[in-house]
Amino acid sequence: MAKVPVQFTLNGSEKAEFIESGTTLLHALRDKIGDTSPKGGCHQGTCGACSVIIDGELKLCCLTLAETCNGADIRTTAGLAQGGVLHPLQRAFLDAFATQCGFCTPGMIMAAKVLLDRTPNPSREDVVEALSGNICRCTGYEPIIQAVLLAARANSQNAA
Amino acid sequence: MELRKDYFADVRKDGLNEIGQPRPRLDSPGHVTGQTAYFADRNFPGLLHLKMVRSPHHHARIRSIDTSEAEKHPGVVRVLTAKDVPHNVYTILILIQIGPEDETVLADGKVRWKGEAVVAVLAETERAAQEAAARVKVDYEVLPAVFDMDEALKPGAPIVNEYHGRNYYLYDSGECRKVRFGDVETGFGEADHILEQSYQSSPIEHAPTETTGCVVAPEGNDRFTCYTNTQAMFFTLDNTSIILQMPGSKLHFVGGTVGGGFGGKVDVIVEPIAILAAKLTGRPVSFIYSREEEMQISSPRAAEKVVIKDGVMKDGRIVARKVTGYTDAGAYSRHSPYGAQKGAAHYPGPYTIPNVWIDTYCVYTNRTPSSAMRGFGVTIGDFALEVQMDKLARLIGMDPLEFRFINAYRDGDMKAHRQPTEGAALIECMQEAARAANWPVAEKYMTMSSYRKGA
Repeated sequence: MAKVPVQFTLNGSEKAEFIESGTTLLHALRDKIGDTSPKGGCHQGTCGACSVIIDGELKLCCLTLAETCNGADIRTTAGLAQGGVLHPLQRAFLDAFATQCGFCTPGMIMAAKVLLDRTPNPSREDVVEALSGNICRCTGYEPIIQAVLLAARANSQNAA
Repeated sequence: MELRKDYFADVRKDGLNEIGQPRPRLDSPGHVTGQTAYFADRNFPGLLHLKMVRSPHHHARIRSIDTSEAEKHPGVVRVLTAKDVPHNVYTILILIQIGPEDETVLADGKVRWKGEAVVAVLAETERAAQEAAARVKVDYEVLPAVFDMDEALKPGAPIVNEYHGRNYYLYDSGECRKVRFGDVETGFGEADHILEQSYQSSPIEHAPTETTGCVVAPEGNDRFTCYTNTQAMFFTLDNTSIILQMPGSKLHFVGGTVGGGFGGKVDVIVEPIAILAAKLTGRPVSFIYSREEEMQISSPRAAEKVVIKDGVMKDGRIVARKVTGYTDAGAYSRHSPYGAQKGAAHYPGPYTIPNVWIDTYCVYTNRTPSSAMRGFGVTIGDFALEVQMDKLARLIGMDPLEFRFINAYRDGDMKAHRQPTEGAALIECMQEAARAANWPVAEKYMTMSSYRKGA
């Protein structure tokens, strides 16, 4: 199988790999680069556990070919904390008991981050809509929604 | 909500001051930073991928298996069939002497449900394993199948599982688990009303976001480390030891965080064949269910049928209850004989009834084998019992909650399966629920206690 070069920025670090053509970004990140924070729950774009941010857009990396990401800026939950300090969303997920088994958590946090980056003071409906592509089978949706609203409040207090 | 310390005062002398206090979860920091290690987050150089060839038929005889094309496929390292498995016929609960062994790791001569594992293919990539699996040729002679418990129990029904020889599990008590208490027919004779109803449920899939799987690494000294999301670590280790005829000391199982289980990860399915593959190839092996396999292949909660016949008096007392429960095990036992037995002990519910008759059957059909799921054996039964309780209350024109107070079990009452009731707290729970829901209940029920005077 032909290998193709791929080069992108992952959480601010330059990455360059030779990958088999057709490799998904999910496999490239997890198996080649070693960032296992995106999870493979369905490999068919239905569960949201593999959500990452590519050039500011929320993407399912199980449906994204790695070779289409040349030059992209890719962000994952593994790169969210800065200098050991949790991002407000991570803090809020802890404080609001928004994790159970944890498998959906990195994807949930990515979806929430894209929302808050664009809509710093979202309504509950905005949060529900933003998380609608992410499945939590432990069915802990309410604490997750509350965590995102909590993070938004914490952000606006810090900004004030 | 108030904690009824008066009721529990004699049970716990300490302060019980943790309830209502938030405490951080120990595993959350790993979850929110993406650092929690799930089994599939382990990667090893030279990892092989295992894909299963599965039966497209509900019930069939295997005439022949031809793996030659698959073996020639680029990237394929090894193909496994039943003859490669040292002890191919097993059953999970044999560890607690619940036999007979009735299930094959890889099908040998027959398949008994659609999706049954027949041939395992190991390849350098997932894609090569998948493509090669499609090249395995299995010649089947399709047999009549049975999908309905009533049909399966009729004389002349196709026999699902020859290791049982009949379409129900044979307990030491006979064709079903039985509870006999008082004289149920006399109770029905005295009753003002009789109500008989049948309740049925479908199989339910747990659908965890993390699919079932394991990653196995040979340690180079004939020992194997198995990273797994099993919910039953020691059951899996001991069963693997039996299936592979290997001492447990050669097997190192590493669990950890499970990405959702709900009872769906207690079967011993992926680990034995993955460890065998690692042993025979000398390479690390990954066997992870696809989403489709998780939904179609992993054990669901059993379908159940519950028939309840009650005799009730106009004053609200239930004087006789007869329950016949049927648990659809699918093609193999797994945990279902235990689930059906648990139902027998659980009926007639948290009520004191003087005359009780319980029969619970574990039935085999050509459906996906069922197994554990949250409260299996009692959850569907509780649904049936509580719907029945509402129907009985309506029948005699009584408030459904007051009807339950009248029949609630209380400390010291003898349960149908001859265990005295202790620490019931049902009345106290219902009182608290009535207050919380602002449900009007007569004062005499709000002053009742689970303690009987003189008990």
